[in-house]
Amino acid sequence: MRIVAEHLSYTYNAGSPFAVKALDDVSLTIEEGEFFGIIGHTGSGKSTFVQHLNGLIRVPSSLKRHRAKKPKKGEVLPPAPVLRVGDFDLTEKKTDFRALRRHVGMVFQYPEYQLFAETVAADVAFGLKNFAEKGQKPGKEALDAAVRDALEAVGLDYREYAEKSPFDLSGGQKRRVAIAGVIVTKPEVLVLDEPAAGLDPLGKREIMQLLHELHSTWCKTVVIVSHDMDEIAENCSRVAVFSGGHVRDYMPPKELFRNAEELVGLGLDIPLTAKLVLALKRRGIEIDCDYTTEDFIRKTLAFKGGNA
Amino acid sequence: MRAIEFRDVAFSYGEGGFRIPKLNFSAEEGEFVAILGHNGSGKSTLARLANRLLEPDSGEIRVFDTVLDEKNVYDVRRRVGVVFQNPDNQTVASIVEDDVAFGAENVGLPREEIGRRIDFALAAVDMSEYRHAMISRLSGGQKQRVAIAGVLALKPDIMILDESTAMLDPRGRKEICDVVDRLNREEKITVILITHFMEEALLADRAVVMNRGEIVMEGTPSEIFSRHEELLTYNLALPRIGEISQRLREGGMSVSDTLDIEKLAEEIAACVS
Repeated sequence: MRIVAEHLSYTYNAGSPFAVKALDDVSLTIEEGEFFGIIGHTGSGKSTFVQHLNGLIRVPSSLKRHRAKKPKKGEVLPPAPVLRVGDFDLTEKKTDFRALRRHVGMVFQYPEYQLFAETVAADVAFGLKNFAEKGQKPGKEALDAAVRDALEAVGLDYREYAEKSPFDLSGGQKRRVAIAGVIVTKPEVLVLDEPAAGLDPLGKREIMQLLHELHSTWCKTVVIVSHDMDEIAENCSRVAVFSGGHVRDYMPPKELFRNAEELVGLGLDIPLTAKLVLALKRRGIEIDCDYTTEDFIRKTLAFKGGNA
Repeated sequence: MRAIEFRDVAFSYGEGGFRIPKLNFSAEEGEFVAILGHNGSGKSTLARLANRLLEPDSGEIRVFDTVLDEKNVYDVRRRVGVVFQNPDNQTVASIVEDDVAFGAENVGLPREEIGRRIDFALAAVDMSEYRHAMISRLSGGQKQRVAIAGVLALKPDIMILDESTAMLDPRGRKEICDVVDRLNREEKITVILITHFMEEALLADRAVVMNRGEIVMEGTPSEIFSRHEELLTYNLALPRIGEISQRLREGGMSVSDTLDIEKLAEEIAACVS
C-alpha cells in the first residue's frame, strides 16, 4: 500500500484561542516496501502526521465544501488536500476506517503502558476482535491461531507466555506483546512512534532487529518516528525531516546526512558516523559512505589502502 | 567524607522475585557516580533502597553519619532526593511553583523560607520564567527540570536520577545533563546517575556496572568502556564511538579506544596519511 499525502494541514483546537497549527501543507509519498523514517523535534508535527495514517486524526470535513467551491474570476484556491493509503481515500467520510485500521497498524510510544488484559493472549486478541468486519467475528480457533502467529512473530513462545499476566513481564517483553497486539491483524503498513525509546542498548538492538524481520515477513511497509539518528542511519531506506509543521526534505539517509550541517542548524542531532565524516573532512579526508556503521568502517579502512 | 554507603545490603522482592544478594556501594561527598546495567540488573532497586522506599532485608545503609532506620526515614528523604523516569508521574500540582513547593511544604518549612527555596530551585534548573506556568503545557525536558527543582527545594545532599532522561528527546536529555552537571560542580551535590545512555555516563567521575544485583565493574567511565568484552558479558553495549574504533582496530587500523570524536578523527587521519 502506497501512502500519498498532499497539501495536508491540521490545526488543533481550530477556531479557539488555543489553536495550534501542527501541520502546514505537508506533501509526502511513502512507497510500498519502504522502511521509512520520520525525524524532527518534539512539536514538529511528526506524531500528528502519523496519526492521520490510520484515521485517528481525520482530514477536516470542510474539505468537501472546499472541493465544491468554484473559484471566482482571477481567484486561485489553495490546492485540496489528498490523503490516500493504498485504495483508501482518507479524505472521504464514507471510508471504512475499521478496515483501514486492520491494514495500517499503529504502535504508540511506550506501547507497554497500554496493556490491560489479564493474560497475554487476551491482550493480543483484543485488536483482532475489535477490528473484525461487522458480523464476521473470528471463531475461537482462528483467534488462537492468529494470536499464536503474532506472538511467535515477535519472538515470544506461545506456550510459555499466552496465559501469563502481561504485567509480570520485563519491559522489553511487554513491548513485544504490545507489538504483537498490533500486528495480529496482519497489517500491510506498520507505523511505530519511537519503537526503541527507553530500552537498554541491547533491548534497542533487539527491537530494531525484530522490526526488520517483520518488514521482511509480515508488514510490507514500516514507518518509524525516531529521535535517534544512528537508528535512522542504520535502518531506513528514506527519511522525512519535519520542522515547524512542514516536511523540509525526504530522501535516503545517505543524501540527508551529506548535508549534516543543515540538520545541525535545525538543532537536530546527526549520526555519529556523520560527525566522524565531518571531522575527517576538516582534516582533508573525504569518506563517501552511506552513514551506516558497516559502510563507514569499510570505506575508512579502504581509504587506508589508498583506493578511496 | 562518604555521602552514602551500602554495607552488605541484601534485599528481595519476595520468593522467586528479583534479589540483591549482597551489595556494597558508596559515593563520596560531591562525587558524580554513574550506574550502568541492563534492564533488571538492580539499578532502580538501589535507588529505592537509598531513600528507604524499600527496606533492606539485612545489612546497613548510611547517609553521612546516619544509619537508615524506620525512625529517621523522613529526615533521610530530605537529604536524598530521587528523580524518576516519567515526568508525568512526578507532578502533584498544576502550576510550576506549587509543585516545586510541595516537598518543602510537606516537611513544614516556614512560608518565607519556602518562597526562597522556590526561587533558588527554579533558578538552578533555569526555569524561573515558568514559575506561574501550567505544568501540562511544558515539554518533557521542562517537566523533568521542575521535578528536579522539587527535589532541590529540600536542599538535598544527594540526588539520584533513576533513568530521568529515558523518556526525553535529545534536546530534553541535554537540558537535564547540563543541569545535573552544574548542580554537581557548583552546589557540590553528590549525584548518582542511573542511565542506559552510555554517552551520559561520560559526565561522571566514576562509573559502576551492576549485574544481577551486584556491582561487577567499577572505574572511570573511560576505563570501564575500554573493557569491551567484559561489558558485553553483562549485556551492555559500548558507546557507539567505542564500537567504531574497535571495528577499525579489527580491520588493522591502529586507533586508540578514545571516546572523543575529534581525537578519533585525528588518529584516523594519522593512519591514512
